[in-house]
Amino acid sequence: MPRFSAHAGRRIVIAIPTVWLIVLFLIPFIIVFKISFSEVRLAMPPFAPLLEWLDGKLVAIKLNFANYAFLFTDALYVSSYLYSLKVAAISTVFCLLLGYPMAYAIARSSPTSRSVLLMLIVLPFWTSFLLRVYAWIGLLKSNGVINNVLMSLGIIHEPITMLQTDFAVYIGIVYSYLPFMILPLYANLEKHDLTLIEAAADLGARPITAFLRITLPQSLPGIIAGSLLVFIPAVGEYVIPSLLGRTDQLMIGRILSDEFFENRDWPVASAVAIFMLGLLVVPIMLFQHFEKRTLEAGK
Amino acid sequence: MSTQPSGPTAQAPYLRIENVTKRFGDFVAVNDVSLHVQRGEIFCLLGGSGSGKTTLLRMLAGFETPTSGKIYIDGQDMSEIPPYDRPVNMMFQSYALFPHMSVEKNVAFGLEQERLGRQEIKRRVGEILEIIKMTPYLARKPHQLSGGQRQRVALARALVKRPKLLLLDEPLAALDRKLREHTQFELINIQEQLGVTFVVVTHDQEEAMTLSSRMGVMNHGQIVQVGTPTDIYEFPATRFVADFIGSVNMFEGKLIEDEPDFVRIRCEDLGGIVYVNHGISSAPDATVWVAVRPEKINLSRHPPAPAGGAHQPEAGAGENTVRGTVKEIAYMGDMSIYLVRVESGRTIRVTIPNVARHMEDRITWDETVYVSWHAASPVVLTR
Repeated sequence: MPRFSAHAGRRIVIAIPTVWLIVLFLIPFIIVFKISFSEVRLAMPPFAPLLEWLDGKLVAIKLNFANYAFLFTDALYVSSYLYSLKVAAISTVFCLLLGYPMAYAIARSSPTSRSVLLMLIVLPFWTSFLLRVYAWIGLLKSNGVINNVLMSLGIIHEPITMLQTDFAVYIGIVYSYLPFMILPLYANLEKHDLTLIEAAADLGARPITAFLRITLPQSLPGIIAGSLLVFIPAVGEYVIPSLLGRTDQLMIGRILSDEFFENRDWPVASAVAIFMLGLLVVPIMLFQHFEKRTLEAGK
Repeated sequence: MSTQPSGPTAQAPYLRIENVTKRFGDFVAVNDVSLHVQRGEIFCLLGGSGSGKTTLLRMLAGFETPTSGKIYIDGQDMSEIPPYDRPVNMMFQSYALFPHMSVEKNVAFGLEQERLGRQEIKRRVGEILEIIKMTPYLARKPHQLSGGQRQRVALARALVKRPKLLLLDEPLAALDRKLREHTQFELINIQEQLGVTFVVVTHDQEEAMTLSSRMGVMNHGQIVQVGTPTDIYEFPATRFVADFIGSVNMFEGKLIEDEPDFVRIRCEDLGGIVYVNHGISSAPDATVWVAVRPEKINLSRHPPAPAGGAHQPEAGAGENTVRGTVKEIAYMGDMSIYLVRVESGRTIRVTIPNVARHMEDRITWDETVYVSWHAASPVVLTR
């Protein structure tokens, strides 16, 4: 009897995330995947059905690969994909360069100041994401805070164009996603055994060598987790480039939304989405691989 | 003494610790310690937790800086030298092996810091792995090794640098009992083979006794006594040392006769007089303590014949003999521990080796017995 209930309990525990993923991820994914092979038409819904039924019998499957082919024939999509990957990659590197020292400092600070510092990292989440990005418009625009201060100090004589540049997008993404880099890095660095650093010093390693050969390799899982948490959403980022970014070069998230809502071309939009997912599977697999390796390595 | 590793050679001390004090805030962890260790010695620092032994070791490694005092290794002042430039290596209690590196990489790490050639590193790593018999495991990661194997890798990693001084922090604490005994002798062998000077920190007196050529007993941040294991066990300088090393029966008493070659002490706990055949220097009527080790005490059913002879010419009846009742017997296999309640109510601990397998006539519970010892057995302590 207790065996049975333990078994049932385990099933329920596994069932909750499974159902969640099926209903909210797998089914929508299948729908989008299906739409990506349809033809666009002026109707409601705005795409042709994939399967043709006659008298309750399946008579034809009409697969349309034109949407995918279109992604590669129109330079807009290719350049948007590449631009998105570039922006996400550069932002991730900056998040890492900024976030690593911060996470390291927090992990090595005293337990009391540690909780305060962690609070400060999470504090921005208390205001709306949209508001925080809007605030950057006020800071970066031509007659914004930064330009006004620099001009009144006489450092510059005419405003620097910062808004609607790549620079503004990097600022926005790095600022918004930095906590996602810091938190997994902190979780990793905090667990490090500091006697290993002493051992390295004892064996003749200077502090910089000890960091590069002991701390850094051991924090690799944290670096990868943080980087993915920044990189993956940054590739598909819509709000930040729309508000702060260039108008001549769109990121793929913006293209996606435009296809859906402006062009009402659901099949092409779906194809864009599916292709983006395909691109992101690579880093996710990489993460899984490292996760598995860490688990196998035990303690 | 033949089981002891190679003794010190008559030279200037290799390690000199001079008036070293370490404070953490108001807490004095190490209090004015001075100590000399000779080249090739295995020196053990023995003490309970909080005695300051680990802090002293960490100062030798350079992880802590003395608040005052100086440390010299081979004549060189260590004050300004950071851990990574010291000719000292440490074997950590947790071993502190690098988890992401193989056995070979772990051992090579220290040599790589010396910027030695690849071939030279490979050769020396191979050599030391051979000595500790870990060659078949060189590609393993630390988590794939047993506790004993990890211990050996940690030792190899510290030894491969050929340090002037090897510091060992509780080297055997993480091993089980059987492995421990084996490893103790292995450590001594390796030490003799390589001639490195060892400073070992331990709270385990057995470990200290078997490993060390000399040892220092620490208490409250101070060195209480330094000597060979035999010195420390047979001639403890203070009550703390007598009590800390091995077990002991301690009786408070008053000095009533103090001659150059014998003393008499009246002990209320024993309801009699203790005669000791060596003199001590203390004021008459001073309070002293008589310490007798349990294995140096005899049990008998009849009062022992007044042991005359050359050793104890003036010992009268009733001296060094007390009557009591056996209250408890603990059979330990190789020996039995008897707890004997004497008339004053004190319990005396006696250990008797189990020399025969069948001892039909052995003393048993509630028997009235005579507890006695030789006049040379007790140690008289004045502090």
